[in-house]
Amino acid sequence: MARSKPKNTYLMGLRDALPFLLVAGPFGLLFGVVAAESELSVPQAMAFSTVVFAGAAQFAALQLMVDNAPVLIVVATALAVNLRMAMYSAWLAPWLGGAPLWQRALAAYVNVDQSFACSAIRFEQYPDWSVAQRMAFFFGVVTPIAPAWVAMTALGLWLGEGIPAWLALDFAMPVCFLALIGPMMRTAAHLAAAFASVALALLLAGVPYNLGLLVAALVAMAVGARVELWQTRRPAP
Amino acid sequence: MSDATIWIIILATGIGTFLLRFSFLGVLGGATLPDWVLRHLRYTAVAVLPGLVAPLVLWPEATGGQPDGPRFAAAVATVVVGYFTRNVLGAIAAGAVTLYALLWFTGLSI
Repeated sequence: MARSKPKNTYLMGLRDALPFLLVAGPFGLLFGVVAAESELSVPQAMAFSTVVFAGAAQFAALQLMVDNAPVLIVVATALAVNLRMAMYSAWLAPWLGGAPLWQRALAAYVNVDQSFACSAIRFEQYPDWSVAQRMAFFFGVVTPIAPAWVAMTALGLWLGEGIPAWLALDFAMPVCFLALIGPMMRTAAHLAAAFASVALALLLAGVPYNLGLLVAALVAMAVGARVELWQTRRPAP
Repeated sequence: MSDATIWIIILATGIGTFLLRFSFLGVLGGATLPDWVLRHLRYTAVAVLPGLVAPLVLWPEATGGQPDGPRFAAAVATVVVGYFTRNVLGAIAAGAVTLYALLWFTGLSI
């Protein structure tokens, strides 16, 4: 591979991911704690965090398993919670689609909220990156996050008790993602899409299996695309 | 729930999740997409992430789903600083400082 560009995008991804350790750490710890209280064995809890590797879906599945829900309902619910990752996959396709199949398969395994959100900022900021540089950045982001997620699950299983409430770590996840959203608001179209997303997600919060978010996201994407069309047409002579 | 059932759930959820993550990235490969699709995809991040966190901001689990002043103020501070400075770390710091300061103040006033 030609090293024409000096920028080390892998290290850049690594650095961008560091704040998200604050998210993956407590979240993984909490999953371990909840799993320790359930009937899951230690290997099963660890398999959950490595095979499924998706925080919110793991919590949803575990909750239903504790409630003794039918297998199909448990799996369908967890997958519904993860449906947004198909949207991330669609977004990533034009940027990473040129990479070899094995790299795309590996990237798919670690295609999570954090790697997607960090890439969404950097790929558009540096459109001249090669596919290899983008792939390196993507894997850079998950390099600290994936082991932290698994290790903290193990720690939670071992500790078996909650995190002190005064740390308010429940709010690390919203703050980290909100911090990424601010810089993404580059045009009126981005703002309009974000407002539509918030309004509809709140309005549809009662819809089961997290499907309200999916509808909100699809409509918000259409809003963004529509506003972009208006913006590009208006100044044209 | 039996041991085997739990393993089936883990494997089925794992395989299904992988297929969702692989879907477009795996099938489309380097194919070029039509303009209107790309135009929609440009807004994926701003369409998903705000909706993902909005309920967590307005109805935090830590307060049993009751709106919470310090958490709401921290969320606003994070977005405002992120928007105007375009600095992710600065925005996280602003949110954390706001959250801890207000939690400390409201804790004192009780």
